[in-house]
Amino acid sequence: MKHLNQIVVALVILTSLIACNDKRTRKVQYMPDMYVAVPYEANSVNPVFADGMTDRQPVAGTIARGALTPAYQFEDTNAGYELAKSTLESPLETSEENLENGKKMYAIYCAVCHGKKGGGQGILVKREKFLGVPNYKDRTLTDGSIYHVIMFGKGAMGSHASQLSDKERWQVVQYVQQLKINK
Amino acid sequence: MNSVKKHSLQTRTTILTFFVSLFFFIFSINTFAQDVAHGKKLFKGNCAACHKLDKKSVGPALGGVAERRTAEWLRAWVKDNGALRKTGDADANAIFKEFGSSPMPAFPTFSDEDIDAIIAYTSAKPAAPKQAAGAVAVKEDVKNSSWPMYLLLGALGVLLLMVFSLFQQLKGIRGETSYSLGGYLNKIWEAFLANGFLKFLAVIFFLLASAFFGFGALANIGVDTGYQPIQEIAFSHKVHAGDNKIDCQYCHSSAKHSKTSGIPSANVCMNCHKNISEYTGEPFGGHSKEDLTKEIAKIYVATGWDADNFKYKENFVPKPIKWTRVHNLPDFAYYNHSQHVTVAGLKCQKCHGPVEEMHEVYQFSPLTMGWCINCHRETEVDLTKEGYYKKIHEQLAQKYGVEKVTIAQLGGMECGKCHY
Repeated sequence: MKHLNQIVVALVILTSLIACNDKRTRKVQYMPDMYVAVPYEANSVNPVFADGMTDRQPVAGTIARGALTPAYQFEDTNAGYELAKSTLESPLETSEENLENGKKMYAIYCAVCHGKKGGGQGILVKREKFLGVPNYKDRTLTDGSIYHVIMFGKGAMGSHASQLSDKERWQVVQYVQQLKINK
Repeated sequence: MNSVKKHSLQTRTTILTFFVSLFFFIFSINTFAQDVAHGKKLFKGNCAACHKLDKKSVGPALGGVAERRTAEWLRAWVKDNGALRKTGDADANAIFKEFGSSPMPAFPTFSDEDIDAIIAYTSAKPAAPKQAAGAVAVKEDVKNSSWPMYLLLGALGVLLLMVFSLFQQLKGIRGETSYSLGGYLNKIWEAFLANGFLKFLAVIFFLLASAFFGFGALANIGVDTGYQPIQEIAFSHKVHAGDNKIDCQYCHSSAKHSKTSGIPSANVCMNCHKNISEYTGEPFGGHSKEDLTKEIAKIYVATGWDADNFKYKENFVPKPIKWTRVHNLPDFAYYNHSQHVTVAGLKCQKCHGPVEEMHEVYQFSPLTMGWCINCHRETEVDLTKEGYYKKIHEQLAQKYGVEKVTIAQLGGMECGKCHY
């Protein structure tokens, strides 16, 4: 009889070991001090800053390395929009390379709403998440106005400045202008 | 006689009037319905980007706007609100100021009938919302994958007991001494101790088994395949990347330039969720639609968005959303997303699996060194691309005497590439 008890105990231990394989917790790490970074990693919690985030915003007025244009000086107002529309010009030459990357970026960041051809019939419009997205051809657009809208958004559209570098924004501008011309 | 005739004439006229008016009534209902349908189409195509019927959006809510403004005023406003404001119309200027002085585009191409149709649509009572029928039924299939296993084990146990008791009975019939279960096991144990060869076999078996399980367990240390933590928000990649086909990089925008793919900051969520504040799709993961609408509201809490007034609260300190990281390489291994996403042009799914089908993300690949190396051995470099690498690619192809060069041959297996 004493052996039976031992067998039962062994079975209980075995089952509990198998049951510990829980998808909600990480597995055991060997020497965790080699696994876990000492510096704060991107997107991590950070006790140093008041908002608790490691990710910082660029200091106001600074220019990223390799940026094409100085810090954006037009204001997020109607007057700023009109001023950008009439005065701001693209620093990029029209080229195959720019258009190609513009197309790539447009497909990722714009086409969900504006549609592949800029007709305002992206998948989110078809699924009625967003409605009334205008066709580019129905609007008067300049390089400056497109760039301004990417920077600050317009109406129900939000700013896409954080997702695109300034060069990419200008490439998208170039591609949108091409979409507007193309039949 | 005369009076009867008169009466019947009267009746006839009444009946005629009735039918005529009925005809006109039906006709007018019909035209009204047509108006509403036409108005709906126009509204969705032109107005709905900034206006909703039941709540504030970029512009004011338009449901029942006819009760607040005259049709003439609305026509003038829609056709050219700038001109209307210039006439010094108090209402026009007040509403312009209330909505942050951002001008509504002019619609000079609309006819009066078009605008009336839109007004008819905004005045029509919306159809009563359907009861959320799917909400309750979903809660069922949360976790029922393990019970058949237990059932099977139980059945096996019962079967064993039955066989054992059968043997006992057989022995009783034969007149042999019958043992209890414990006594029986003792008997086997004694026989086992007496047999040297059996002991030798048992030791071998024990060693092999422990080596198998031991190494298996050791090889799984730090390997989190299938890891699926509970996130602060019940965010579904299936709804976003699968159903709505939003590109992975729309949100994980730093993957193209940076080491990390980046968890999107809440402003990226708000690009869409300013406009989408209710969950209207299929419920999932045991949540009802109402629950999921509350999940969306968590972004508003984090960013200080005032959905009723359609603007951010002033002087609000954002509260970051604490996502739990799923994929994590140990610190002693270097990995760079941009090299794989932008340079190699890999699809995210190659390593992360079918994320667009996951309501709740789990780790698909083991992320072990062997797994990395395997891919580096097998993947060929696209040598046709012009650019910085072209010359070195040609030299390497010559050196190895092959047309195709794998990542491993480019140094993708050197220790220092990832461990330094």
